[in-house]
Order: sequence, then structure tokens, then C-alpha cells
Amino acid sequence: MTSIPKLTLGPVLFNWKPEALRDFYFRVADEADVDSVHVGEVVCSKRTPFFEPFIPEVVERLAGAGKEVVLSSLALIMSDREIAQARELAQTDGILVEANDISVAAQMNGRPFVAGPLLNIYNEGTLASLAAMGAVRVCLPAELSADAVACLAASTAMEVEVQAFGRLPLAISARCYAARARNLSKDGCQYVCADDPDGMAVETLDEVPFLAVNGTQTMSYHTMDLLGDVRGLAARQIQRFRLWPQTCDMVAVAALFRSVLAGKTGEEEAEDLLSDLCPGAEFANGYIHGRSGHLFIDAQG
Amino acid sequence: MASVAPLIRPELVCPAGTPAALKSAVDAGADCVYVGFRDETNARNFPGLNFNRKELGEGIAYAHERGAKVLVAINTFPRAGKPEIWHQAVADAARLKADAAILADIGLIEHAHRTHPELRLHLSVQAAASNPDSIRFYAERFDVKRVVLPRVLTVQEIAALNPRIAPVETEVFVFGGLCVMAEGRCALSSYVTGQSPNMNGVCSPAGEVRYTETPQGITSELGGFTINKFAHDEAAGYPTLCKGRFIAHDKASYLFEEPTSLNTLSMLPDLIKAGVTAFKIEGRQRGRAYVAAVVQAFRAGVDAVMAGKPLPDIDLDRITEGGKQTTGAYEKAWR
Repeated sequence: MTSIPKLTLGPVLFNWKPEALRDFYFRVADEADVDSVHVGEVVCSKRTPFFEPFIPEVVERLAGAGKEVVLSSLALIMSDREIAQARELAQTDGILVEANDISVAAQMNGRPFVAGPLLNIYNEGTLASLAAMGAVRVCLPAELSADAVACLAASTAMEVEVQAFGRLPLAISARCYAARARNLSKDGCQYVCADDPDGMAVETLDEVPFLAVNGTQTMSYHTMDLLGDVRGLAARQIQRFRLWPQTCDMVAVAALFRSVLAGKTGEEEAEDLLSDLCPGAEFANGYIHGRSGHLFIDAQG
Repeated sequence: MASVAPLIRPELVCPAGTPAALKSAVDAGADCVYVGFRDETNARNFPGLNFNRKELGEGIAYAHERGAKVLVAINTFPRAGKPEIWHQAVADAARLKADAAILADIGLIEHAHRTHPELRLHLSVQAAASNPDSIRFYAERFDVKRVVLPRVLTVQEIAALNPRIAPVETEVFVFGGLCVMAEGRCALSSYVTGQSPNMNGVCSPAGEVRYTETPQGITSELGGFTINKFAHDEAAGYPTLCKGRFIAHDKASYLFEEPTSLNTLSMLPDLIKAGVTAFKIEGRQRGRAYVAAVVQAFRAGVDAVMAGKPLPDIDLDRITEGGKQTTGAYEKAWR
């Protein structure tokens, strides 16, 4: 009998207003049934200064509510300022850090850290290298199938986490597409990414939903939904699932995943409940079934 | 008068998808040629392309007789539970006396460093090492000698980076197809088609491409999604995912990048002053004539800069994608 997997609330990838983001975390601290909560800017260092002053009180509130707090690093680190921030983050004492760039993992000097989903971890050789560097948990890339994540989980003593809900981070760039869509440069971006708190929808010329843009990050248009897959993955030693925050009711989304994992809510009923929680969302789970990421494969195949 | 550091004479690193292209590149003046095996161990895993072991052995002999080097790209990420063909590729590159292997995966780099310590290692662009801390990690831990920089840095940033990572060498792309995302960190292709550069060595694979005639012109699709539409008098380009036209905020545009090629010929003096060791030309999927024309142009450009002469005026328009050219991320305004 395997134990019930844990739930992680991933870092908020979008540019939410600082007060709204603080209030989101306060509500998560008080009401959300999740085991771990990630805090920190992953996508664009230009956004960092706005939320930084709120981080101590958010961390304190989350920890006070019994949640494990993890500080997530930037994904693409280039400038001196970003390098200095990453080094400082890696030196943080008493709180777990998630490395989303190899430079952060390299600074850990054997202290425990989480290997984030934006590192390229596709095989047991790389898992072993990261474990030797101090990684205690790994959140795997979205591209991997159930067979691949099960194979990796069987090969390691590390806790293995799989992304299970939300728009998927698919690519990162030096160029800002939110700014470009409005004929602005990245330097003069006017922080227009804040206009789209769940990302900017991108459609094909036939107006078919396609992708979403979150500043320098390109994401799936579809919302990843592994409600029908998490119990099968749990039986294959996946110990943890990540929910990416969206503007929908994340407390309710977390409760739904918890209920499905505990066998209290059936998968079909859960899908209906999730549709109600995310009006207008289109769901996908293709990657975990070894297919194109945008597809939704139902439990019957 | 301030002393000026002597310029490094950069190596020209040229693509070869076939033994014939390897010979063309060497004959046209390539210092190095980079190649891949005929399987998913490399990021240009296209039908009819690449080298078997015998061809690689012969290609290395041809290059070495003429003073050129051969680098073997083994730069996809080994599949979970099945690393054997990647390990074999590294072993064969070492056995055939390749001048270096170009690797991206941390586990594979560690394996190569441990089992073939005599094999020189280069870090692939697919590893996306964009800062000195990442680069030093690969150099100190696995003795990586050179890093191919991801196409996210400006020339000024590259100039500042080089002295901080010495003696690690840097290699930059100077011509050809252009990724607009940080290489190795893009899952768009697998999202749409199920196949990705990291896992399968392909982006926007040809098997997922469809062109449809409509009364208005031609529609290009990838994995069932429309990537672009062309009027009858327009040339219908290949539907590379990030070079398509899409709608955001009710406006259709080339949201990520236009169909364009990287061409840094005009920037060669700046890139050489930035202390770059090697210039890489993209295009293992290209034919001999393309490779020869680009190599000759950049050979002439590098030789002119090193001789203190003005850059030759060479027009590469006819071989660039859609005739459009960009200097990409090397200039900050691109961002």
C-alpha cells in the first residue's frame, strides 16, 4: 500500500499585483489543503522588486499555517543582477530552495534543494547527478510520459513530483512577447504582462486556441488536468503533484485533487467539478499519455 | 596608450549532414565540421541525414588529412531507462578519434567524463548555459572545454562573459536558422506534435506538416494547427512553429519571430573583439552548395577582420529563409 501523495502549490508564474499576490498567499495559508507552497519570481527579473517586500510576511504566514515553504529561482539567468540574486537565493538558510537554472543548483554545495521543472531532467543519469549535488526532490519536465516518470521514480530515492494542473510552462526566451504583441520593447515594456493574469491567449489564424504568453514565457493555452491520472501515477511511486496557480479558486482545486487522491471523489465527477471551477477552460493531459501535450485522453483511452 | 589584448583567431565551425557536405565544408575552408549519428542522439534527426560509424571514420580521416577537426553532436537528452544508444554514441565518437563531443545532458556529460576522459567535451547550445556560474559548473565538474552559448545574450554580454569563464572557450552561432526560445528549454514542438528537440532531436517535424490549397491561397499546418496562410503570389514557407502568424489581442502578427535567418556577417569585428573562440554556422539539414557558400563568405569575413581589412561585401540573401535576415539576440533591441 502506497501512501497518499503530497500536493505542491507551484510558484505563481504570472505578474499579479503585489497586494493581490500577498492576499492569495494569505488565503492559501489559511484555507488551502496543500503540503508545500512555492514563492518567488520564475519568469522575469523585472517583476521581482514589486513583490519582494511582501515575501517575509508571506513566508511567515505560510510556515505558521504548517506549510512547507520553498523559494523558487528564476529560470533564465543572464544579467549581473540576476546572477547576484540567484547566488543570494542559494545561500538562504533554513528554507528550501528550488533551482530552475543549473547555476542555482551548482551553488548549493550539497545543501538540500528542489530540482525544478524548468531544468532538463529526462533520465536516471541526470537524476543521480542532481542527487549528488544535494537535490532531495525533483519536479519533472512536462514533456515526460507516465512510463518515463515511473521509470525515473523507480531509479531514485529522491521524492518525485509531477505537474498536474494549470497552464504548462513550455518555453522561455530573452524576448518578451507580451511587449512585442503591443509593439513595445522589453526594456520599455510598461509591465503589460500584468494585463493578462492567466497569460495572454494566442490563437491560430483560424481562431483556434493554441498557446498563451506570459511575458518571456510561452505556455499552453490548455489547462493541464491530471485528475484522471493521478491515482494511477501514485500507484507507480509518484509521491507528489504540482498545481500551478491560476486565477480560479485554487483552494477548491487543491481540495478536489486531495479528494480524488484519497478515493473520495470519482474521476468522472471530479472532471465535472473542475470544469465548474475553471469556466471556459480547455483541458489537456496528452504528455502523460505519451502523446502531443495539447490532447486530452480520457481514462478509457 | 592602453594595451589591446591580441585578437583570438576564431575557428569556423561548419555543419555537415552528409559525407559530401563534410568534404565541401573542409574544402571551402572550415576549421571544424560538426556532425551527428543517424539516430535520435542528435538534434538534427532528419530522414536521409547524418553519418553511420564507417562514414564518420572516413570523414574524420578526410578532415584530419587537411588540418580540419570533426566535432560530434550527441546533444539530445537520453530517454529514461534506455540510455544505451547515447552511451554507444559517446563511445564511438571517442573510438573514432573525434576532436570533441558536443553534449547537453548532465548525466551523459558525467558518463562521458568518467568513461572516456580522453574525449574533449563541448557543451551544446541545448544545455542553455547562459551565465558564468552555469558554465563554471560544467567546466569544473566535468572538464568541459568549450560552451556553445544559447541565443539569448547580446554581444556586450558575451564580451563581459568571456574573461569571467577563461580558460573555457565560447562558441556562438553566426548564421542560419534561428531559435527564438532559449534552446533546450522549449517544448512547443512536442506540445503540438508529440516530438521535441530534447527528446527526439526534431522541431516542427516534416511528418506533421500539411499544406492545404484554399480559394484564398495556401494554408500551412503543423500537427493540425494552422501556422500560417499565404496568398497565391506569396511563397509558402515551412511551418516552423515559432515563425508562424498567430492572433493575440485580436491582432494577427508574427508574434514570436518572422520567418528569418540569423546573419552576423556585419558583426564579425564585434564578435571577434568579444573574445569568442569559435563561430558556428547552423544547417546540417542543408545541401553542399549552401554550406560551401556560407563557409566561403564567413572564411573571407574572418580573414579580413584578422588582417585589419574592411569586411567584404557578400550578399547571402539568396540562401536565407524568405530572404529576411536578423542579427537576433546579439543586439539588445531584439528583445
